[in-house]
Amino acid sequence: MKRISLAVCVGQAVPPAVRALILFSACSYLCAQGLDRATLLKQPVDAWPTYNGDYSARRFSPLTQINSTNVQNLSLLWSTRFTGSAAPAPAAGGRGGAAPAAVAIKATPLMVNGILYFSAPNNAWAVDARTGRELWHYTYPPNTGSTIGNRGLGMYGNWLYMEVPDSHLVSLDAATGKERWKVQIADPKLDYTSTAAPIVVGNHILAGIGGDHMDNRGFIQSLDPETGAVQWKWYTTPSAGEPGIETWPDAYASVHGTGQTWIPGSYDPQLNLYYFGTGNPNPVMAEQSRKGDNLYTCTIVALNPDTGKMAWYYQTSPHDTHDWDATEAPVLIDGTINGQPRKLLAQADRNGYFFLLDRTNGKHILTTPLIDTLNWSKGLNATGQPIPNPAKYPRPDGTLVSPASGGATNWPAPSFDPQTGLFYVGVNTTWSVFYQTDTDDHPEGYGGVDSGSGSEGGALLAIDYKTGKIAWRHEWPGAGGASHMLTTAGHLLFTGNGNNVVAFDPANGKILWHSSLFGSPSAGPITYMLDGKQYLLAIAGDSMYSFVVNN
Amino acid sequence: MRLLFFTRYTNFESNLEAVVRRLNPALFGAAFIAVMFTGSAAAQTGSGDKAAIAATPAALTASHEDPAAVARGAKLFAANCASCHGATAKGLTGKDNTDLVRSLYVLDDEKGILLTPPIRNGRPDKGMPKSNLTDAEILDVAAWLRVQSYGAGHRTTYTFLDVLTGDPKKGEEYFNGAGKCSTCHSPTGDLKGIGSRYSAQQLQGRWLSPGGGRGGRGAGAATGTPSRSQKTVAVTLPNGQTVSGPLDRIDDFTVSLHDSTGAYRSFTRNGDVPKVLVTDPMKVHTELLRTYTDADMHNVTAYLVTLK
Repeated sequence: MKRISLAVCVGQAVPPAVRALILFSACSYLCAQGLDRATLLKQPVDAWPTYNGDYSARRFSPLTQINSTNVQNLSLLWSTRFTGSAAPAPAAGGRGGAAPAAVAIKATPLMVNGILYFSAPNNAWAVDARTGRELWHYTYPPNTGSTIGNRGLGMYGNWLYMEVPDSHLVSLDAATGKERWKVQIADPKLDYTSTAAPIVVGNHILAGIGGDHMDNRGFIQSLDPETGAVQWKWYTTPSAGEPGIETWPDAYASVHGTGQTWIPGSYDPQLNLYYFGTGNPNPVMAEQSRKGDNLYTCTIVALNPDTGKMAWYYQTSPHDTHDWDATEAPVLIDGTINGQPRKLLAQADRNGYFFLLDRTNGKHILTTPLIDTLNWSKGLNATGQPIPNPAKYPRPDGTLVSPASGGATNWPAPSFDPQTGLFYVGVNTTWSVFYQTDTDDHPEGYGGVDSGSGSEGGALLAIDYKTGKIAWRHEWPGAGGASHMLTTAGHLLFTGNGNNVVAFDPANGKILWHSSLFGSPSAGPITYMLDGKQYLLAIAGDSMYSFVVNN
Repeated sequence: MRLLFFTRYTNFESNLEAVVRRLNPALFGAAFIAVMFTGSAAAQTGSGDKAAIAATPAALTASHEDPAAVARGAKLFAANCASCHGATAKGLTGKDNTDLVRSLYVLDDEKGILLTPPIRNGRPDKGMPKSNLTDAEILDVAAWLRVQSYGAGHRTTYTFLDVLTGDPKKGEEYFNGAGKCSTCHSPTGDLKGIGSRYSAQQLQGRWLSPGGGRGGRGAGAATGTPSRSQKTVAVTLPNGQTVSGPLDRIDDFTVSLHDSTGAYRSFTRNGDVPKVLVTDPMKVHTELLRTYTDADMHNVTAYLVTLK
């Protein structure tokens, strides 16, 4: 596979990441198997080339062949079940390891040139999108890393990128599934977990990291797509002397303050900014050794992907004590506020609030509650940040807090439909008693536990992004809350509940179609055109289900 | 570019991979648990002067370290190391480099490979003197240290502290008054002896959310003897017939239950047809979650604990 040289003069106004994209697209005719990276700059039509379908994280498809008038004829074309290599039980002393399990696909698949690429911990597959036939299956050697999940693959030309449990980034040949190289991206002995889907921006592989059991410092890094060499690495907490260190008692607390980056972000090619959320600070539930706001944990961050320099930040949970990672998708909306066109960023946060920001500068626009039981903040400050109530910090005798540590919402992807102007997200109305178990002046690890103490149930919310008000809601009659969303220009909203994939009218919440699956939907549904036919792909546990409209 | 904050001992990695950890799940007596997990009182010079909150017995068991070695190591650490590294090995306040729990020397150690050289030889550049411990004693200290790290990193091994801070009298008043608990419950009836059956933390969890963590899918329905927390459902068919019983499962498209004969029945749902009415006996508890103050919660728990 030859690559076209990028050493071509391009106007200075174009950010380098975009310049690389434009130039790389020139090789598309050579890359029959590979991903034409110009595809990444478009709305997803005949491909689903990145975790969220496109860089906006809207999970909105402009496709209309499947639509509200024919969705009742949506029927199964194929389904395939996948078996993987089982991960061994964590060795003695291993941290954060989950028990070995059957394949659980939490990855949003990529679909490029008629091939689906997806992953589970230690496993990756290529599958014919037309038939469900397995083309190759890659397995990573047994290791003791956490197998809690893998959110998917990144693709650059002919190459795939996958994080594996022992914190390596593996590059695979998309044509064969053969390993090309691997590089270590974190120290698994420090309880780093590697589950994120890498995001490809220009010639940068943006790889996040997870793990919050041992107070390990959070970061995100950019790797060279050809060699895996680190291009830059941005720590989510400051070192001594750096801005933000004033929000920690000392540098030692800061560099053990965690703030992980385990959910892929979004990207604005015009502004050349990559947006992502960071996780909770550590020690998680024993805050006595980390007084202060604890920047940049629980924060939405905008970085220049070429330099790794921060452009702005907005902290959604200053001084979090409840494990509420702010890693949920930062959804990019080109909208209108008070009659003015605005470049916006919306996030439904695990802490129970919906945030709307100006994504050019991080200025706050609005904060509204997702659920009506939030009891941990004393209100909002002048910039819309919740003010944590110290009376609701975890205590040895317990504090009753809503939501539970799992949050009002969590990692399942929301969706924004520009046709309705509504933001769709799944929520749970829950409580936990938060117990501090480490009162030492120098706590370590979690320093506490929370004990679930009740739920009023789960719901699908449709939120007007301009006001944060809930336009409609669907209460799930059984279990379920935070579920994956997909909207399409066919006036459809797809999501999952129980063992069903369900289609709603996104304007009013009316159920239009459903199909039962052999399991609970475990990853985001996607859609794409192939041979003139629109497909809906649903994922549940170890299986995939491909639907088309039968005429 | 910032530097990594720990030195990485990559040269040991291949050795470590070759080491097969020998598991020793031997039973151990309660007598030396106290020694292992609290250190000695004389060593309370570290940051943990409020309480020697260290790894718990659960952490020892889960770590698969040799309990006897860990017990010996606890005494050796207290006598030889704690004055600089703190009783719980978390280091001394203001001296961050004395924290061993987060140290890669401990996190990466297997069989003392990493820990033996610095303990035996000291680290003169850091002001750490060499020790007079024998090689076997060093291995014991290493085993104890590994349990400390394991315990910090595994929240399932944590133990609850003093949960019982409430006022039982106020709890009783709330029980009979504002909380209206006495509407359904009696200290001499269904709650008799409940304080003997659970720890304070378990009790607090159970009264806040009876049946908590077991609901959602109608657990217990198949036995035919529904628990008091079991949801029931009444399904009224278009012909007017009503089928009711313990709820098995419900979503927007299907509802299933066990009817009065214990037989499993399921129905397709299409909007409001058939009519479905779910009754959740725990709803009153769930609704109360919006009203409790933390003081109410602690007081009621303190009261219930007295119901021996």
